[in-house]
Amino acid sequence: MNRATFPHFWLPLLLIAPQLAISAIFFYWPAVQALYQSVLREDPFGLRSTFVGLANFRNVLADPAYLNAAQVTVVFSLLTAGFSMAIALLLAVQAEKVVRGRGFYRTLMIWPYAVAPAIAGMLWLFMFNPSFGTLAAIPRALGIRWDPLLNSSQAMGLVVAAASWKQISYNFLFFVAGLQAIPKSLIEASAIDGAGPVRRFWTIVFPLLAPTTFFLLVVNTVYALFDTFGIIHAVTSGGPGKSTETLVYKVYNDGFVNLLLGSSAAQSVMLMVLVICLTAFQFKYIERKVHYG
Amino acid sequence: MATLSLNDVRKSYGKTEVIHGVSIDVEDGEFVVIVGPSGCGKSTLLRMVAGLEEITRGTIDIGGREVNKLEPRERDIAMVFQNYALYPHMSVFDNMAYGLRIAGIKGDDLKARVGKAAEMLGLTTLLDRKPRQLSGGQRQRVAMGRALVREPSAFLFDEPLSNLDAKLRVSMRLQIKDLQRRVATTSLYVTHDQVEAMTLADRLIVMNKGVAEQIATPMEIYDNPANVFVAGFIGSPAMNFFPARIEGGHLHLADGSQLPAPAGVSEGSVILGIRPEHLMPAPLDAEGSLSVRVLAVETLGADAFVHATLGDGDADAIVFRVPGHDRPAEGERVSLMVEPGKAHVFDAATERRIAEA
Repeated sequence: MNRATFPHFWLPLLLIAPQLAISAIFFYWPAVQALYQSVLREDPFGLRSTFVGLANFRNVLADPAYLNAAQVTVVFSLLTAGFSMAIALLLAVQAEKVVRGRGFYRTLMIWPYAVAPAIAGMLWLFMFNPSFGTLAAIPRALGIRWDPLLNSSQAMGLVVAAASWKQISYNFLFFVAGLQAIPKSLIEASAIDGAGPVRRFWTIVFPLLAPTTFFLLVVNTVYALFDTFGIIHAVTSGGPGKSTETLVYKVYNDGFVNLLLGSSAAQSVMLMVLVICLTAFQFKYIERKVHYG
Repeated sequence: MATLSLNDVRKSYGKTEVIHGVSIDVEDGEFVVIVGPSGCGKSTLLRMVAGLEEITRGTIDIGGREVNKLEPRERDIAMVFQNYALYPHMSVFDNMAYGLRIAGIKGDDLKARVGKAAEMLGLTTLLDRKPRQLSGGQRQRVAMGRALVREPSAFLFDEPLSNLDAKLRVSMRLQIKDLQRRVATTSLYVTHDQVEAMTLADRLIVMNKGVAEQIATPMEIYDNPANVFVAGFIGSPAMNFFPARIEGGHLHLADGSQLPAPAGVSEGSVILGIRPEHLMPAPLDAEGSLSVRVLAVETLGADAFVHATLGDGDADAIVFRVPGHDRPAEGERVSLMVEPGKAHVFDAATERRIAEA
C-alpha cells in the first residue's frame, strides 16, 4: 500500500476540515443533543428542565403505544423493503432483455426517485382517495370496500405501496448495474450445461447478485425506518388510529406535536441504537452468505 | 459420440453477411480446428454450433439430427470458454456437477462421475476449492472437466488456451490432445494460434473474412496451401511472396533474377511463394539462384532467421532459415537456391494456387 506523505501537520487537517465540519454540525451535534435531551424532563412551559436519569426510557418502553409503533415499523419495513427490492429486481431482469430503447426504459424507471417523498405521498393519496381517486375505482370495481382513511390494513397497504414505489427506482439502478457485472459467458455456460431460464436465474444470476442485494437490504431497511416519514405524514399521518405510526413518525409526533421533548429524544436515541444494531447484525450474519466475485 | 456436419452455414447481422457459407462433415471422434485471424468469424461459427448465435441460413446437424432450432441445452454439447466461465460462487465439485445435477444425476453416481473426470485431469485434491483459489492452469482444467464430465456428443473449444502463459499453453495443448484421444469425442476447436492449430488438428479449417479458405489435414495445408492467404497464415515465419512473370519457360522476378518455371502453366503474372525453410544457401551467383543482401539476423539457438532484401536495392524483404551456428553476417551478400518442388505459384489475379515449382 502506498501512503501519500504530507510534509506538514496542518495541511491534511485543513483538507478534511470541510467534511469534518459537516459531519460535526449535522450529525454529531444533533445526536449529542438528542442524547442530552433524553435524560431531561421539560416543564410544561419550556422554562426549566430537570435531570431525570433513565426515566424517559422507562416510560417509553412501558408505553403500549410505543410497542404498537415498534410492531407497525417491523411490518412496514419488511413489506416496503421486500416489495421494493423484489419488484425492482423483476424490472431490472426484464429491462436487461430489452435491446432497442434500453436507455429510454431505464431513464423512465429512474424518474420516480426524483420525486420528493411528500409529493409521492400526495400522489398516492389522490390516486387512491376513496371519493375522487382515479385508481380507487379499481378495488371498488372488484367489490372491495375501499377506504384507506378508516380501514387500517388498507392504509398500511397504501403507505407501503407509496414508499416502495419511490424506492424501486433506486433499487432498479443498482440491480441493473449488478446484472451488467455478471459475465455473459457464465449465463451461456449454464445454458449449455442444460439450465433453462428460471434455473439460470436462481443458480447463477441471483447468487452472483448477492453483494448488490445485500447492500440494498441494508439501505432499504434504513430507508424504511427513517426516510419514509414524509410519505407517512402525507398519506395517513400515522392513522387511522395509530395503525401506520412508525417509530420515526412517533418521534416526530411526540416531540413536535405533543411537545414531549424528553420522551421524543429518548425514542430517537433508541432508534439510533436499533439501526446500529440492525446494520451490525446484517453485516455479521447475512454478509457471510454473500459471495464477492 | 456423434458426427457433426455444417451445411452451407451462413450468418448475417441485418444485411451484412459475416459467415459466407461454411460446409464440413466432421467424423465421429475427429478433432477439427478452426483457425484464422481475429474477426474472421471463427468464434461466431462455433457459437452457432453451440446454439448461442442464430443460424441465418444453412443447417447444422449433430449426430444426424438437425439442431438449427434447438436450444443449447438440447444439443448435447459441452463448451470450454476462453475465460473458462467457471461459476465463481461454486466449488470445483459443484462446477463440474452442475450439468449432471440438471440432468437428474445424483448421489453416488454423481460423485463417481465427477470423481472420474477429476482424476483424469488431476483435480482430485482441488474439488473443495472455489475458482478464485485456483491458478490459471487449474481453472482451465476445471473448465475442461466440466465439459468432460457430461460425456456430450461433441466438445466445443473457444480459444481455451489463450489466457495461459506460453509454457502452460504447450503442456495444456498436449493434455487436450491426449484427453480427446482417450475419450474419442468429436471436437471443434477455435484458435488464432497456428501452432495450436497444426499440433492439435486432425483436420484444419482456415478461415478468413467469413470464408473457409481451405479444409484439409495440417500437412496437406502446409504442403499445398490453396491460396495466398492460407499460404501466408500457416507457417512461421510466414511464407515469402514475390510478384513474378512467367515468360519463355522462366519465372522472372522484379530484380531480374530467373528461376525455372513449372510445367503446364501459361504465361502471365503470378505470385511466387517460398517458405523460409525451403531457401538454402548456394554458391555465390550460382545458376538459378536468388541473390540477396542480409539486413538482420535473428538467432533462436538451433535456428536463425535471416531477413534480407532481394537484389541490391530496397526491393521486397525476404526471410530464410539457416542453422544457428552457420549464419551469415549483416550486410553480407548471399545466394539462395529454392529446394526443388517447394516453391508455390499462385495466380496473380485470383491468388489461387496453380502449380509448384
